[in-house]
Amino acid sequence: MRISSTVLFSLILSLGISIPVMAAEGDGATGQSLAFDRNKGNCLACHAIPNDAKATSPGDIGPALIGMKARFPDRAKLRAQIWDATVNNQRTSMPPFGRNKILTEAELDQVTDYIYGL
Amino acid sequence: MKHIITSIFAGFLLIASLGVHAGPEEDRKALIDHYKQILPNIEFDDYVLGALAMNPEAKEQYDMVMEFPAHEADVRQGGVHWEKPFRNGNKFASCFKYGGINAAASYPYFDEKAGRVITFENAINDCLKVNSEPEIKYGSKEMALLTAYAKSLSDHAKVNIKVKGAGALAAYEKGKQFYYQRQGQLNFSCATCHVDNAGKYIRSEQLSMMIGQASHFPLFRAGTEAVTLQARFVGCQKNTRAEPKEINSAEYNNLEYFMSYMSNGLKMQTPVFRK
Ligand code: HEC
Ligand code: HEC
Repeated sequence: MRISSTVLFSLILSLGISIPVMAAEGDGATGQSLAFDRNKGNCLACHAIPNDAKATSPGDIGPALIGMKARFPDRAKLRAQIWDATVNNQRTSMPPFGRNKILTEAELDQVTDYIYGL
Repeated sequence: MKHIITSIFAGFLLIASLGVHAGPEEDRKALIDHYKQILPNIEFDDYVLGALAMNPEAKEQYDMVMEFPAHEADVRQGGVHWEKPFRNGNKFASCFKYGGINAAASYPYFDEKAGRVITFENAINDCLKVNSEPEIKYGSKEMALLTAYAKSLSDHAKVNIKVKGAGALAAYEKGKQFYYQRQGQLNFSCATCHVDNAGKYIRSEQLSMMIGQASHFPLFRAGTEAVTLQARFVGCQKNTRAEPKEINSAEYNNLEYFMSYMSNGLKMQTPVFRK
């Protein structure tokens, strides 16, 4: 009980220190794995992804990521939202993944492609 | 055109000056209103329960654990420490009004002479110092167990933090500024999670409201891991990739002062269980 809850919480948003290159490009990381990885996108901390059966126990801070092509006909706008959500909403809870280099530009493209296909 | 600009500017000034005049009590009331709006079913008195107030099932488990808490032996050990006479024959009780009964409810306070915030832990160490005893390390298990017992002497007393005078107000404002300041790579402030998103889930953890957080520490995680309030600050900062401050730093003491003020009027309860 103790181990599971502490580890679970620290994994939620922990520093990528322990496994920094686990999902680096070139070693099989996909847009999906980057989006799920607690040390990378960790999008599931805040978003449900109803069209992906592997997206389990999501948080509910942000809206469900679904029908993205309809919401964002322009892929560049979707990418910009992920790159820095504070541009659209200064008070947003969403971390600026590109601006603060939480994801590399290449990783951001992979994540955008994955989200765009949902 | 010039008129418009001037009046817009005057408007800004007005807003800015309103901002300056809003004091701690206005802040506290505004925050209560905010929580009433986003969590309308939670009574003020239940804010001390944190995330448990939002989840009846978890609360039921908590009530069961609290009937025979695993931390009882630890707290007893803290009690033995509290009662043990110093080499000069004095006790901790000699340093506090009414032997420490209900004392913790008015900590932290701002000490004008010292020019800084004095936490309950500081008072414990000051007591040791004036009695020529070695001080206890901040954030240590020894401090956690001792204060878990000593603060339990204030159970049911209402949190009663005062912010009076320019120095006190400045310390309060610094604590508030820290709380709302976005920090670290993920760009979170404490308020992002515990004000804006209280009641929401981050993965499978439900976020507690800030009001009530300062009134039940130290607590025992998983039953036996004693955690002081400032050790919890470190935990949240590390988890969100922000640079944690030193325990007992001016930053954390001001933050504790601000957060404790926000819990004014709630009943103290120490210690409690958390999973
Ligand atoms: C800590 C919370 C949090 C995390 C983590 C997070 N988001 Fe968000 N996201 C939000 C919130 C809140 C919104 C609502 C709009 C706003 O406030 O910016 C949002 C909005 C969005 C939107 C716009 C949705 C719409 O329909 O307008 C997209 C797309 C998105 N997020 C993608 C992502 C992706 C991809 C990741 C991970 C790489 C991610 N988010 C991680 C909180 C988060
Ligand atoms: C990204 C989210 C996030 C941020 C940012 C965050 N916390 Fe937390 N905090 C949590 C979660 C999750 C918990 C465990 C569930 C709960 O009780 O809220 C928690 C718990 C706590 C608790 C314990 C509450 C209790 O009764 O057990 C305190 C105190 C606390 N946080 C203070 C802070 C402070 C102070 C800051 C800023 C320095 C901060 N938090 C920033 C997510 C966050």
